[in-house]
Order: sequence, then C-alpha cells, then structure tokens
Amino acid sequence: MNDPLLEIDDLRVDFDTRAGLVQAVRGVSLTLGRGETLGLVGESGSGKSVTAQAVMGLIDVPGRIAGGAVRWNGMPLVGEGVRRRPRRIWGREITMIFQNPMTSLNPLMTVGAQLGEVIHLYLGLRGAAARTRAAELLDAVGISGASRRLDQYPHEFSGGMRQRVMIAMAIASEPRLLIADEPTTALDVTIQAQILELLAGLQEKLGLSIILITHDLGIVAGLCHRVAVMYAGQIVETGTVDDIFARPGHPYTQGLIRSTPRLDAVEDRLVSIDGTPPGLRTPPEGCAFRPRCPAAQAACHAPQRLASHGAGHVACCRAGVDAWDVGAA
Amino acid sequence: MTDFILRRLFQGFLVVFGVTTVVFVITRLAGDPVSLMLPLSASDEQRAAFAAQIGLDQPIWVQFLRFAGDVALLDFGDSLWQRRPAMEVVFERLPNTALLIAAGLGTAVVLSIPLGAIAALRPGGLADRLTTSISLLGLAMPQFWLGLMAIMIFSVTLKWLPTSGIGTPAHLVLPALTLAMTPLARFTMMVRAAMIDEMNTQYVKTARAKGLGLGRILRVHTLRNIMVPFLSISGWELITTLSGYTVVVETVFGWPGLGLTAVQAIQRGDLFLVQAIVFSIALMIVCIGILMDVLSKMIDPRIELN
Repeated sequence: MNDPLLEIDDLRVDFDTRAGLVQAVRGVSLTLGRGETLGLVGESGSGKSVTAQAVMGLIDVPGRIAGGAVRWNGMPLVGEGVRRRPRRIWGREITMIFQNPMTSLNPLMTVGAQLGEVIHLYLGLRGAAARTRAAELLDAVGISGASRRLDQYPHEFSGGMRQRVMIAMAIASEPRLLIADEPTTALDVTIQAQILELLAGLQEKLGLSIILITHDLGIVAGLCHRVAVMYAGQIVETGTVDDIFARPGHPYTQGLIRSTPRLDAVEDRLVSIDGTPPGLRTPPEGCAFRPRCPAAQAACHAPQRLASHGAGHVACCRAGVDAWDVGAA
Repeated sequence: MTDFILRRLFQGFLVVFGVTTVVFVITRLAGDPVSLMLPLSASDEQRAAFAAQIGLDQPIWVQFLRFAGDVALLDFGDSLWQRRPAMEVVFERLPNTALLIAAGLGTAVVLSIPLGAIAALRPGGLADRLTTSISLLGLAMPQFWLGLMAIMIFSVTLKWLPTSGIGTPAHLVLPALTLAMTPLARFTMMVRAAMIDEMNTQYVKTARAKGLGLGRILRVHTLRNIMVPFLSISGWELITTLSGYTVVVETVFGWPGLGLTAVQAIQRGDLFLVQAIVFSIALMIVCIGILMDVLSKMIDPRIELN
C-alpha cells in the first residue's frame, strides 16, 4: 500500500462527566489508504462514533483529546503536533454524514440553501451557477426533480431522501474521505440497501475513501475492504473482510459473527453474547472482553497487545482459536 | 395565509366582542354608574337627568345594543374628566405609550440577543455566570422601585436627567430603561437557554462538519432558529408591557400615556374613558397575537397555520 491517507495513532478521548472520567477511546490506531473502505464495527458505546468525531475535530467539552494523534496525508490534524486549527480539511477533504438524517439538516433552511453553503465555501460558486451545481448534486444522489426539490425544506423529505441530501452535501466539496456514522441505522431496510448502493457507486465514481461505522456485519461484508472491530474503546481486531469473516481471531469478533442472523441457517432463536461491556470509568486492566469470554484464562488479566494473526490481520487475543467452540466443549 | 388571517380576524372579533360585553356587564350591573361618576353632592334631579342622558332609563337589552353599536363606531361617549370624546383622549395618549414601549422593548430586544448568545457560547463560563446573575437581579427588582431608585440617583443626586414628564429625548431615557429591565432579563435568559439547545443540535454538528466558521453558524444556523421561541415570548412580553408595565412606569415617571391615563380615569370615576382604554388595549392585544402567528409562520415553514 502507498502512503496512508489517514493515520490514527494511539488516539485517546476522555469525557469529564459528573460521575467521573470516562475513557471513551483508549489508544486506537488505524490507517486508511486511498480509495479504501474501512468498516468500524462494535456495539453501542464501544467508541466508534467518538473516534470518528475526534477525526472530524468535533469533540466538545466535556470531551477532550487525551493523547495520540490523527494525521492527514502525514500532516498533524488532531492531537499531538497540531499547532493551529487546520482549515479547509474538515468539510472539504474529509466530510461526514450522521446517524439520524431526520435531525441532521437545519429545519428552517431550504435544502438548496444548505447545499449552497458548501458549494459557495469550497467551489466559490454563487447564484445561478451554485444552483445548477446543487441540482446536479441532488441528481447524483438519486433525487429526482432536483431543481424543484432545492426550494423545499427538510420536513418535505423522507428519511432516506434526507440522508441522500446529507450525502450530496458531503460530496459537494469533492472530498477524499467520507466518514459515514451509522448512515442507515435510522432507515427502513429497503432504504438502507439503496443508501449503501449509492455510497458504493459514489466511491467507485469519485475514488473516495470511506470509513463506515456500523454495528451491522452484513453491511460490512457487502461494502468494506477492511474491518476494524472495536470493544470498550479499543480496537481488538483488524483485517481484510474476507479474512475476518473466514478466520476471526478475537472471541468478540467470533461472537459478533456468530450472532449475525443468517437467512440460510435454520435456528430456533437468535444467538447473543451474554453479559454487557465494561464501564469505561474504570476500564479493566487486561482484556476488556474477559468477563464475557468463554475461553478466558489467567493470562487474560495482563494487558493485551495486538498480535499478528496472518497477513494484514491483527487481533489482541492469545486464544487464536474459536473461543466459542472451546467454551461449548 | 389569507385564509388564516381572515379566520384569526374573525376570532379576534369574537374576543373583542367578549371584552365589550364584559366591560358592559361590569359597569352597568356590578355597580351604579351614576353614583360612581357624579360627585356625592349631586342632587336626585341631577342624578336622574344624568341617568337619562347616558340611557340608563332604558331596558337593559336596549342599553346593550346601543353600547355595542357605539363601540362599533369607536364612540365611548364623552370623558367626564376631560369633557371631550373618550376615544379622542385615547388617540392623543396612545402615541406616547407606543414611543415608550418601542424604546423600552426595543432596547431589551437589541441587547438581549448578543448578551444571551455570548453567555451561551461557554455555559458555566464567566460571561455566562455574570449574565445569568444580572438577569436574575433584573427579574427580582420591581419596576416601581427601580424607577424610584433611578430618579433618586440620576435625577435628584446626579441631576443628569429630568425626573418626570415628556418632551425631550432626555425625558425618555429613565422610563424606557426602567421598562426595559424586566423584559431584557427575561429575553436574555431565554436566548441563552435556546442558544445552548441550538448549539447542541445535530444540524449544528452537521454545519460544523461542513467546515463552516462559528460566525456563520451563529448567524445563519442558530440565531434564526431561536427567532420562533423568541418571537412568541416577545409577543407575550409586549402584551404584558401594554397592559401592565406601562401603568407602573408611566405613573412613576408622570409619562402621559395610556397607562397613566387609565389610573387617572379610575381615580376620577371616569367610566367612559376607562371603557375606551380597556377596549383599545384589548383590540391591540388581539392584533399582536395575529401578527405574531403570521411572523412565526414566515420564519418557520413547518408551522401549520390551520
């Protein structure tokens, strides 16, 4: 792989809450190449969204970057080494769409005006030229009757259509990285498929890199090249999609794959992973998944490191076998 | 929109009709207007003549129809105190009140938006705590007391501004500021709270992710969005001012507006003038309500006027 587009290096994010310090992200390292789609998976509270918001510079009080760095094309973007607030990276080269399209657009501005802001800021277009470009963008994300739709307000759009508008805004500046934070979680299943198809198509056409945050492994399998699995604020496994699905190295990943419902399997009931993730006010010393792991050993109490698990595949588990089979045996 | 305005005007008409009826019932049935309006020394003949003059010898429904007809023509009879049509007095005093309210509420609106916005930028910060404390103080001080203190300090001791009356811009300063204090405090608190909510909305996060600067986010994305709640609270505040604050402030500063005139008319038992003032204020409140609805609709396209 050539030089990575985005490097996340030992990123730590803390939140000062009334109940104490919460370590939401605890030393996450990731790299992303050009044109690559990375799936960031994990359950709620595992730190996927916080990681993405940190990359976008959207961490607010009471949160703060507690350590580590994010580099963009080798240039410090967040954390260590940042001298002044980088301009024209966020919003231009890196854009983001969010989980809930119903609340992501300003209800009092027309869709055209909200698109126009980006077009004016990054393409320098105004008036009729900006409007033409906005209509082209709506067209590109599959919204018909674009010139009429520009004058409408968000409440006149359905959820899926609003997410398309968000995507249109996110590609307006011709970015190189699009971060999609659970872009389909709030949508109907049929709409989900359309939105994912749209993202895949845009990626091919524009050569975008995408970080796709989701808790749905089915989406990952269909769209991503690589996967990073997060648990309790850390990455527990990364690798290519094929590799991870074929040979998951971490019991948590194995559990996730095991609990994904399949159409072709006859099962009486859905499989789940027992227990709940640990609280992040006092993160456990060793492997965070140990209390829920069927293959836990005494050595799991010691701090864990990511270890090679094959070419381009790392996992932070010593077991290296299918823990759930071991547990069942 | 036109449909809505027509319907609201009809509703407003019903409200005004209701107010007219209540005023009529209270003045005719709840007391004796003749003994209220004539001096104690008036003879029985004088009383009977006066009763006949204002139509009290007629059956009650005839009285009401006459009254309603007169109201429709804005004819409330002659003010006994001023010895000229009551409505003429209202029209003469109304501009003074309008000027006072425009200056007072205008000051409150213009100052509260930046103050509230600055406080909201860093909740719990120094600017926020200062603004919140001063606003609470402003809400805690009654206007009659504030007005008297202002006269003592700025007029009597420092001799910077006139104590009372009307005429020069200097006369307007103290009454307008006294009037502004409570609405300013309430507006500032409201703008602060609404701005904090706005800054935490998902669409502001979207705007930040788009790379927009703070200035543009404030101007385009949040200030406009707080205008809907701001408009409704300022409509309410305008009504409270019109029917309450001005009475106090005009009395303290001897400002010859509707509020002071109402107090004087009540003291003098000038029933017709009181009726004219109450009716005018009710009419204005109805109009303010309609205006606020229309303005809200213009700002927020989601509001359904039906």
